[in-house]
Amino acid sequence: MWNYSDKVLDLFYNPRNQGVIEDTQEPGFAVVRGEVGSIACGDALRLHLKIDVAQDRIVDARFQTFGCTSAIASSSALTEMVKGLTLDEALAITNQDIVAYLGGLPQQKMHCSVMGQEALEKAIYQYRGITPPHLGEHAEGEWVCTCFGVTREQIRRVIQQNRLTTAEAVTHYTKAGGGCGSCLRLVDEILAEATAPMTNVQKIQKIQSVLADLRPYLQADGGDVELFDVHGDRVSVVLKGACGSCASRVTTLKEVIEQRLRQEVWPALVVEAVRPVS
Amino acid sequence: MTVVYLDNNATTAVDPEVLAAMLPYLTEYYGNPSSMHRFGGQVAKAIQTAREQVADLLGALPTEIVFTSGGTEGNNTAIRSALAAFPDRRHIVTTQVEHACVLNLCKTLEKQGYRVTYLSVDRHGMLDLLELEAALTGDTAVVSTMYANNETGVIFPIEQIGQIVKSRGVLFHVDAVQAVGKIPISLHHSTIDFLTLSGHKFHAPKGVGALFVRRGVRFYPYLIGGHQERNRRAGTENVAGIVGLGKAAALAQSYLQQQGAVAALRDRLEQTLVAQIPDTVVNGQGSPRLPNTANIGFKYIEGEAILLMLDREGICASSGSACTSDSLEPSHVLQAMGLPHSVLHGSIRFSLSRYTTAADIDRVTAVMPEIVARLRALSPFQTEEEAWLQSPTLATHV
Repeated sequence: MWNYSDKVLDLFYNPRNQGVIEDTQEPGFAVVRGEVGSIACGDALRLHLKIDVAQDRIVDARFQTFGCTSAIASSSALTEMVKGLTLDEALAITNQDIVAYLGGLPQQKMHCSVMGQEALEKAIYQYRGITPPHLGEHAEGEWVCTCFGVTREQIRRVIQQNRLTTAEAVTHYTKAGGGCGSCLRLVDEILAEATAPMTNVQKIQKIQSVLADLRPYLQADGGDVELFDVHGDRVSVVLKGACGSCASRVTTLKEVIEQRLRQEVWPALVVEAVRPVS
Repeated sequence: MTVVYLDNNATTAVDPEVLAAMLPYLTEYYGNPSSMHRFGGQVAKAIQTAREQVADLLGALPTEIVFTSGGTEGNNTAIRSALAAFPDRRHIVTTQVEHACVLNLCKTLEKQGYRVTYLSVDRHGMLDLLELEAALTGDTAVVSTMYANNETGVIFPIEQIGQIVKSRGVLFHVDAVQAVGKIPISLHHSTIDFLTLSGHKFHAPKGVGALFVRRGVRFYPYLIGGHQERNRRAGTENVAGIVGLGKAAALAQSYLQQQGAVAALRDRLEQTLVAQIPDTVVNGQGSPRLPNTANIGFKYIEGEAILLMLDREGICASSGSACTSDSLEPSHVLQAMGLPHSVLHGSIRFSLSRYTTAADIDRVTAVMPEIVARLRALSPFQTEEEAWLQSPTLATHV
């Protein structure tokens, strides 16, 4: 029998925020859904968010989950955690935050927390009209694990965020390799790649690719971002357009960009906004 | 809260009479049965009595019974012995629905150069005997099949299988761990060469079992050491366990007639649940089954969640759901039967015993509709048409 925390059991036996949010076309509010998993995989989550458009804030969250005790508890925890947050704040939630909220999860159940994080991102990015690389449409060749439908990008991100070092841990967090096992060698390769110390050139390439993902969202607001320099842990960026002129946006943006870069590139980095030398 | 124990295919309660028979061999009669004194000799006699009791239950000769530590040892021993008997043959035939101890042994043997055919089953959990016939070659050393499946209770047509196997000069091993004590077995005129049983599945303690080895079948021991069990299984005997196994076998014999009552309770459980709860199916219903086993699929919800809800009501059952084990795959048995995903993940096994009462069954049927309704209210699936979730690699394309 799994050793579930009291919090997990409480949220399983007395789930908070179960159900759907109907889109009633209420002015000033948007309703979005994020769907991950499948009945074939053994768990699936449909997350519903109600967003206050002017404030960019989540005012209500509900879930529908097909899955085990920890999948249901993780989903319920997620809805409790995101209510009242701005979308930027919500995007900063990692699967580790969900695990911490639950008072821990058995290792073999970590994928339940990852499912929560992915559903949240899917819902928010869908609302913003952006497709991040690890959640997008996938061509046949991009699957690493075809049993559970896990991509290289998903695996890489979970390794980074949770500092995973073994293929077994990757299976616990993503299910990849938990079916036929034929992708475990590939998982090993991704692990080797992801955990190898990065050269400056690799760091810069990786930062550029993260910024490229963020750029459409900034451009939608009339702004933009460019990498200026990398020095040790210090990453200097230039904020342009609307972003560069609005003081409060500069602070938020710096934080959002830093958060994403820390998650995806290396955890100790610090972002600073600089003005280009003209 | 009293526990309603419906997980008897996992393990059973030790019968009080079994415990009583064992206790003296854990206290005053502690001698070694191999010793050359009467103090040890009386223990050897107790083992002989147990051997006769087990042989009686199986319709076998006492000399055909080798005591083991249980099902896993019996299955490993039999298959390896059969391979050793045919050193030139490199092919094994088994089924896709065997217990892990047979399947994983076969996988290990594949790495050592053996070829293994895993026979398929249909949606009722039944073998195709033509597939068996086609699988047998001059290279086949052994066919190993279950007598009855641990998850669904489906009973294989053992004698029909045996006729085919023996007509081709191949050794026949049967894993009867779930069948012994639940249905009559008579080995005297049977085609079976090796048959495995395990004590704790029929009210003996854990850690003891037996392997039937037909007289005249060449046998190669697995454990090498002393001369115990007529050189067939080395190691000082688990005396109390063996005495308990003997007593449990004698009791099982006398309780065999009562298995009809167990089947009646099982049928009542199945019929009530199917009638009360929509989208509920009995897996393996179309086949002959053990009297005590019900495997019921509750669509659109997940088995582990059901088990925890039942656990809170004091009801013990089990599930082949992916989430109940380290494996991420749902039950290999239900998968082999080709059941849809909606059923695969939400199937629960209730396994009864002679101790199960009508009140136990009523407790389950009283709480189950509410449990299923609660979990279905949480689930995003209500119908088979939820296409976005049918396949992991299709999900994002829809």
